[in-house]
Amino acid sequence: MSGPQPAFPLARVSRRAEWIILAVALVSVLLLPRYYPVMNQMAIIALFAVSLDLILGYAGIVSLGHAAFFGLGVYTAALFAKHVHGDPFLGLVIAAIAAALLGLATAVLILRGTDLTRLMVTLGVALILLELANKLDWLTGGADGLQGVVMAPVLGLFTFDMAGRTAYLYSLTILLLMLFLARRLVASPFGMSLQAIRDNRLRAEAIGIPVNARLAAIYTISAGVAGIAGGLLAQTTSFASLDALDFQRSADILLVLVIGGTGYLFGGVIGAVIFTAMHHWLSAVTPQYWQFWIGLMLVVIVLAGRERLVRAILSPFTWLLGLARGRSGPAK
Amino acid sequence: MNKRTLLKSMTALSAGALLAGAMLPAAAQDTVKIGLILPMTGPFASTGRQIDGAARLYMQQNGATVAGKKIELILKDDAGAPDTTKRLAQELIVNDKVTFLAGFGLTPLALATAPLATEGKVPMIVMAAGTSIITDRSPFIVRTGFTLPQTTYPIADWAAKNNIKKAVTLVSDFAPGVDAETVFKSRFTAAGGQVLAELRVPLRNPDFAPFLQRVRDASPDAVFVFVPSGVGSIFMKQFAERGLDKAGIKIIGPGDVTDDDILNDMGDVALGVVTSHHYSAAHPSAMNKAYVEAFRKMNNIRPNFMSVGGYDGMALIYKALAATKGDTNGEKLVAAMKGLSWESPRGPLTIDAQFREPVQNMYIRKVEKVGNELHNVEFETLTAVKDPTKVAK
Repeated sequence: MSGPQPAFPLARVSRRAEWIILAVALVSVLLLPRYYPVMNQMAIIALFAVSLDLILGYAGIVSLGHAAFFGLGVYTAALFAKHVHGDPFLGLVIAAIAAALLGLATAVLILRGTDLTRLMVTLGVALILLELANKLDWLTGGADGLQGVVMAPVLGLFTFDMAGRTAYLYSLTILLLMLFLARRLVASPFGMSLQAIRDNRLRAEAIGIPVNARLAAIYTISAGVAGIAGGLLAQTTSFASLDALDFQRSADILLVLVIGGTGYLFGGVIGAVIFTAMHHWLSAVTPQYWQFWIGLMLVVIVLAGRERLVRAILSPFTWLLGLARGRSGPAK
Repeated sequence: MNKRTLLKSMTALSAGALLAGAMLPAAAQDTVKIGLILPMTGPFASTGRQIDGAARLYMQQNGATVAGKKIELILKDDAGAPDTTKRLAQELIVNDKVTFLAGFGLTPLALATAPLATEGKVPMIVMAAGTSIITDRSPFIVRTGFTLPQTTYPIADWAAKNNIKKAVTLVSDFAPGVDAETVFKSRFTAAGGQVLAELRVPLRNPDFAPFLQRVRDASPDAVFVFVPSGVGSIFMKQFAERGLDKAGIKIIGPGDVTDDDILNDMGDVALGVVTSHHYSAAHPSAMNKAYVEAFRKMNNIRPNFMSVGGYDGMALIYKALAATKGDTNGEKLVAAMKGLSWESPRGPLTIDAQFREPVQNMYIRKVEKVGNELHNVEFETLTAVKDPTKVAK
C-alpha cells in the first residue's frame, strides 16, 4: 500500500489490520454473547462509516447526507422482505442496487462546486428522501415505522434469534467481506487515481485522469455500500423507521470518522466501536446526560489531536509489551 | 520492583475475584427486574422525565419489595428512536432477564417492541403511547395510560353540544394523531357539526405557522388539536403570534395540548382552552393532592398525565406480582393483570380484561388560573369510559 497516507500510527500496521480485526471479531463472538445486539450495531455503523470513508477519505467528497443511501437501503431491504422475498442476501443485493442507482443519479450534484455546496446538496438529497418516506405512509408507514418485516433464515439455516447471535455473525461477515473488497478497491489503479484527484484535482485532470467519471463511480459504489449497511439494519431489526434517514444519522457517521480517522478504511471500524461503546455505556450510566459526555469527548479528541491521544493510551501497553519481552520498563 | 508488581497484581486479582463473588447473589431468583425504556433525551424527554419520576416515586412510597421479591428498576434511554427501543428491549430480555418491559413514550416505539414481548413472553406495560391498535399487537401488552379514541370522543360530544358548529382538525401526523382525527370527525359530524378541514403537521420539528394560517382562513368556531406531550407550548405560542386567539377561534382537543408539565409557561393564551382527558394535576381528590405534592418534592416539576401512566404502571406491576405470589411467569402475570381495579390519583382505574386497556373516568376541563398557576380545572365527568373503537368491534 503506497500513496499519500495520513500520518496515523495505526495506518502503518494496516496490512496486518485485517487479521487483527478478524481476530478481535472472532474473540468477540466467543467471549461477549451479552453484547451481540450492540456489536451488531457496531458492525453496521462500521460498514456505513467505511462507505463514507470511500468518498471522504479517498476522493475528498464531503457529505452531510450520506444517510440518504443508508435509509434507502433500510427501506428497500425492509419492503423487499415484507412484500417479495425474505431471503437476507437477496435483500442486501437489492438494497445495494437501489442505493447505488440513487448514488449514480445524484452524483451529478457533487461533481460541481466547492465543499460547502456539496455539504448543502447532499443534505438536501437526504432531506428530500426523509420527507418522501414521511409522506408515502401507505408504503413506508410514515412516522409510525414499517412493521411486519419477517426475515427468512440466513442461507436457509440460521434463523435470526432473540439473543442476536445470528444477526451479529451475519453483519460481521458482510462487514469483513466489504472491508476486504474496499481494501482491494482503494489499492487498485482506480483507487490510486481517486487519491490523485483528492490531492490535486487540476493536476489529476492534466495527467489524463477522467475526474468526473471517477468521482461518479466512487460515489455510486459508496452509496451501494451504505445501502448494504442500511439493509443490514433493516434485516437484523426487522423494522424500518424514519430515523434511518434522519440528519442525526449523517452527522453521527461523520463523528465516527472524526473519532477513527479517515483515509485508511479501518478508521471507520475503530470509530464505530468507540462511538457505539461510549454511547452504550454512557447512556446506561446516565440516561439523561450522556450526550454531554459524548460532546465533551469529541471536543477533547479534536483539540488534543487523535494521534497524541492514541499514543498516550497505547503507551502503557507498549511498556507492558516491553516487560513481556524481558526488557525493563521506563525508569521510575 | 518485580516482586512488588507481582504483589500488586495478585492483590488486584483477588479483589476482582471477591467482587465477582459478591456480585453473584444479586443475580439470584429473589430479584424482579423491570426494564423501563423511555425517551430521556431528545424532543420527547419530558415524557421520560415524568414517567421515570413517577415510577421512582411509587417505589419510594410502596417499598422495593413485593411478595418477597426485590424490585429493581433498570432505566434506559431510547431518545425516541424505534430501532433503539427495540434493541434495548432485546438486551433487557436476553441479558438482564427482565420480568417486565415498561415505558414506551411514543406509539412507534411501542409498535417496534411488540413482537419481542410476544417472542420473549414478557409483559409489556405501555405507560404513555396512546394509539388504539397497540394492545392488538401482542397479547403481552397491557396499557396503563390512555387511548386517543378514549380521550377524544368526550370533547367531540361536548363541542357539538356547546355551540361549536364548524371545526378544523389539526393533528400530528402519526398513528395517534390519525386516531384522534378519525374519532373526532365521526363523533362531531354525527352530532351535527361540520369539519371544514383536516390538517396534519409533521411529527418531527413541527412548524405550525402555515397550518395555523389555513385554520384562520377557514375561520371555524374552534380548532381541534392533538400534539404529543411536550409540543403544546410551541403550538400555543404560534397560535398567539398569528392572532388566532383574537380572531375568536377556540382551542379544543384531548388534553395533550394543555399538558400540566408545560401549561404554566404557556401564558394567558391558554386560558379558556377546553379539553377532555383522564388526568389533571388539579383533580380534586385527597389522593391526588398528596400525589402532586410528593411528586413535586421529589422531581421539582408538576406531574402531568404521562406521570400517572408511569405511577399506575408500577402499581399494576406490584399488584400483579402480589396476585401471583411472586411467580414471574409472563402469561400468569398478564392473566393476573386483567380485570384489576384500583384507586389512582386520576380517579378509579380498571384494566379491561378483554382488551387489556385502561377503563377510567374522562373529565372535561377548562384552563383557569388557580392561585398563581394555570391549571386544567375539571367541570364535567364521564365515568368508566372505554376505548370506543374497541367496544364497537
